[in-house]
Amino acid sequence: MNKVLIIVTGLLLPAIGLAAGGEYAYPDDKIEIDWSDKAAMQRGARSFVNYCMGCHSASYSRYNRVGEDLGIPEDLVRENLIFTTEASGAKTKVGALMKNAMTPEYAEQAFGIVPPDLSLVARSRGVDWLYNYLRGFYVDEIRDGLGVNNGVFANVGMPHVLADLQGLQAPKYQTVTDSNGNEHEVIVGFDLIKPGSLSKSEYDQTIHDLVAFLDYIAEPYKQTRKNVGTGVIIFLLAFLVLAYFLKKEYWKDVH
Amino acid sequence: MSEKDTGTGFMGWIDARFPLTKMYEEHLSRYYAPKNFNFWYFFGSLALFVLILQIVTGIFLTMHYKPDGDMAFSSVEYIMRDVDWGWLIRYLHSTGSSAFFIVVYLHMFRALIYGSYQKPRELIWIFGMFIFVALMAEAFMGYLLPWGQMSYWGAQVIISLFGAIPVVGDELTLWIRGDFVVSDATLNRFFALHVVAVPLVLLMLVVMHILALHEVGSNNPDGVEIKKNKDENGIPLDGIPFHPYYTVKDILGLVVFLILFSVVVFFMPEMGGYFLEHANFVPADQFKTPEHIAPVWYFTPYYAILRAIPDKLLGVIAMFSAIIVLFLLPWIDRGKVKSVRYRSTTFKLLVVILVISFLGLGYLGALPATETRTMFARLFSIGYFGFFLGLWWISKNETTKPVPARVQ
Repeated sequence: MNKVLIIVTGLLLPAIGLAAGGEYAYPDDKIEIDWSDKAAMQRGARSFVNYCMGCHSASYSRYNRVGEDLGIPEDLVRENLIFTTEASGAKTKVGALMKNAMTPEYAEQAFGIVPPDLSLVARSRGVDWLYNYLRGFYVDEIRDGLGVNNGVFANVGMPHVLADLQGLQAPKYQTVTDSNGNEHEVIVGFDLIKPGSLSKSEYDQTIHDLVAFLDYIAEPYKQTRKNVGTGVIIFLLAFLVLAYFLKKEYWKDVH
Repeated sequence: MSEKDTGTGFMGWIDARFPLTKMYEEHLSRYYAPKNFNFWYFFGSLALFVLILQIVTGIFLTMHYKPDGDMAFSSVEYIMRDVDWGWLIRYLHSTGSSAFFIVVYLHMFRALIYGSYQKPRELIWIFGMFIFVALMAEAFMGYLLPWGQMSYWGAQVIISLFGAIPVVGDELTLWIRGDFVVSDATLNRFFALHVVAVPLVLLMLVVMHILALHEVGSNNPDGVEIKKNKDENGIPLDGIPFHPYYTVKDILGLVVFLILFSVVVFFMPEMGGYFLEHANFVPADQFKTPEHIAPVWYFTPYYAILRAIPDKLLGVIAMFSAIIVLFLLPWIDRGKVKSVRYRSTTFKLLVVILVISFLGLGYLGALPATETRTMFARLFSIGYFGFFLGLWWISKNETTKPVPARVQ
């Protein structure tokens, strides 16, 4: 009877959920991240410190931990990943948290909002969202100062920092009718109007690597977690066999 | 003082001073449980296991966590990244809270279908309900501690519900928060309640729950009192000693549970955003309300009832009634037959309605409200309360099947 219940409820519920209208976002691609591909994460780390850390921080993460996990020797971490200094003027130590030099007051004046810390952005937004967001900037003259908008995050305060790499793209619109009968203009594609230094596939790869790094930095212990988990479950399965025969042995005199 | 007839040696010395052997016999080796416990009877011991797990992991988390509005969020990330095995302790605790509700809901459902709340077990049920309420308080306050966006706004919404109470409402919310908004003061008091006050209450209630159970004896899937049929030594014919029979059986259940639990802890600790909500990876910001505030899954059925009713005060009353009505179950059910196996088809139908309504409400409570969903939430709310009304109605003169004299 209980199985029937679960099935009936299971069939009924998605129907209620479908009544909700989805939000339009373009691009809308999926990304696969290979945690064994340390090279991709290393390239992502380089992009992150060069393009993101001017404004954003990753302040729950430490430089030397990144080096250790991604197989980057400490001297290379010092040379290539650390660009900030301490108050004394000395270069930030390799064991320090990945903070940046921008003060919140300055950031607020410049962008109207303090750029969020990115340590956990892959967990709050998801990797697909990031992959689409960073490829979704398009030219929008209405937006003073920025000149760009985003197909995934409308009216975002962030400038297109990677425009040199990607170039600039213009949106292609289409009119669609939603479930309530209202018409909307939605973006269905982009035209490259000013090429950047990278081709489309090279740019996509760069973003893929950057997102792979963000995924790593959001949960640096993810691979350890899965490895330990595999061992724990194998142990428990062996224990299950013993527990089963122990129970059977004791219970054979219960009738 | 008369000499006690106790054994010799070390245990004799102890037993002359503390009833260790007596307690061991009363609660384990000579506690006779019905021999026909089925799948549903694993969840009591599992709930006890999860309670201990939560206390132990909680102690270790407390060693590193900082209950401070400026440091709470980063101290959790510090535990996850810099503390040795901190991620494991934290995921055990966060997954444990959801697991606690899963096993407790199943445990309560077992009591419902086999009539374990009926005479003479009303107090076991009442103590159990107090445990459930304490557990909800514990979970609600614990959820504020990571100090993420959902922690913060979830607490803001739930505390503001008390504002719907006439006259004292506003004062009351101020008193709970200790501030005009959820703030450092709220975090500190929730921490104190979460790690000291409520766990003490929970432990005490669990002891009372088990003592009451061992006083009257366990019910079973047939709803037959095994104490009515005893052998010449006064041992129930259908009873077996809890230890070793049910200890070895519960170990088996525990291992199966741990395998499922480990799959979540090690491979899907966020459980698709239901055990750890995505928005909770953003630090609390009192100036930025998230687009969609949803309580954690185990509160969603009650949240859906709240939202189903247009008036805030009536909604709050309905939500609290959904819990209070459970306390009254032993008196709402006027039937004499305990187990669903021998009760009427109407009873079975009511249980089906209750399960569908409860799951439906839980599903809807996690989603943003739309017109269609609110309509369904109202339907399911009627189904939920309808169960209790229907049970009271039918149980007076219920057509039941004959109950066997002994367990089958």
